[in-house]
Amino acid sequence: MMTSITATTAPLLHARGVTKSFGQTEALRGVDLDIYPGEAVAVMGPSGSGKSTLLHCLSGVITPDSGTVTFDGTVISDLREQDRSRLRLTDFGFVFQFGQLLPDLTALDNVTIPLLLAGVKRSKALAKARHWLDRFGLSDHTGKLPGEMSGGQAQRVAIARALVAEPRLLFADEPTGSLDSLAAENVLTAMLEQVREIGTTLVIITHDPRTASYTDREVIVRDGKLSAASESRIGGNA
Amino acid sequence: MYTLSVNKSQTLLGLLQVQPSYGYDLKQGYDSHFGARKPIAFGQVYSILARMVRDGLIDALGEEAGSGPDRKRYAITERGRSHLRTWMFTPDIPSAMLQSDLFAKTVIALLVDENAEDLLDIQRTEHIARMRTLAREKHQASLADILTIDYALFHIEADLRWIEMTSARLTELKKELAS
Repeated sequence: MMTSITATTAPLLHARGVTKSFGQTEALRGVDLDIYPGEAVAVMGPSGSGKSTLLHCLSGVITPDSGTVTFDGTVISDLREQDRSRLRLTDFGFVFQFGQLLPDLTALDNVTIPLLLAGVKRSKALAKARHWLDRFGLSDHTGKLPGEMSGGQAQRVAIARALVAEPRLLFADEPTGSLDSLAAENVLTAMLEQVREIGTTLVIITHDPRTASYTDREVIVRDGKLSAASESRIGGNA
Repeated sequence: MYTLSVNKSQTLLGLLQVQPSYGYDLKQGYDSHFGARKPIAFGQVYSILARMVRDGLIDALGEEAGSGPDRKRYAITERGRSHLRTWMFTPDIPSAMLQSDLFAKTVIALLVDENAEDLLDIQRTEHIARMRTLAREKHQASLADILTIDYALFHIEADLRWIEMTSARLTELKKELAS
């Protein structure tokens, strides 16, 4: 399936020669990566391999020292900070492992936030947030605070919040890292089902092969570069 | 406890890529790397060597005076090298059992200065592809089938953990093999 997508479509996210250092530490040492529209890609690698730094560069949270990241034809690092913020707000969604929900707000209010920030009217935002909580099987939990929910439920709320504005690209960093096997499976299944339904492209950072098995393909980061095996697959597809 | 069922032909071929050797030295080499629980029999070494000579994977060098198979020294041929590489970089089919050949491939790759990390990456990709197929099969499956698939998935994950650990220990392993 991949071959047919990549043969006919331009990548949605296109990274070339991306490097990033923190002091003396070279976190990324020249990463080339193409992510195609609608695919789900796992970025794997051991701790400290640079995979989170790669996610931050791909999503415009940080600027690479050299190299380029292009999203749908726009070089992200050339954008002014306010335009990058806008991109992150409208085109990108984010899910992390821990602590992303505001603890004093209900599930419903948490999911509403991105829409309000994007200027959607409150009544419309609430309706849409309800709809998304429903899609994640959380209709009975809209009024609960994050602390009153299980880990799996809270994580589904976080994913609903990341998808409520229907971003074109969802970045997930170890989204099920703090969940047990069954809860992780339920969360992943729900997330993949929803991103596929709305056609959102998914980049998921994980060290867990089970998580990677839910995606279409994986690339491996080691010592700040993609492994040769990952590179040759890029070559094979391009 | 698992007994490793190592691919004896390929590992002997790999040892011959390290350096040309006599049958006796090959047996010693095999036993020290792979035969801790199950040493290889002399007879088997010689029958494998004879077959590999026949298949053009190795040559018998300078037959010295006297008799007995130990008088022959064996060396890998170009064809043998290419055969070895193909074995090394062709991923095993993931099964619910220990990937013992993978251990042998890793050790041989380090001994002959091939990129062991690459072969582990290739195997990882193969394993995840298998998990992907199994994960898809779970979609429409009954709970009983899901549990069976989970069993296979967890065994494959165990292999993958081994691949991760080994990958992280390659430098150390290479040092140990060289000493």
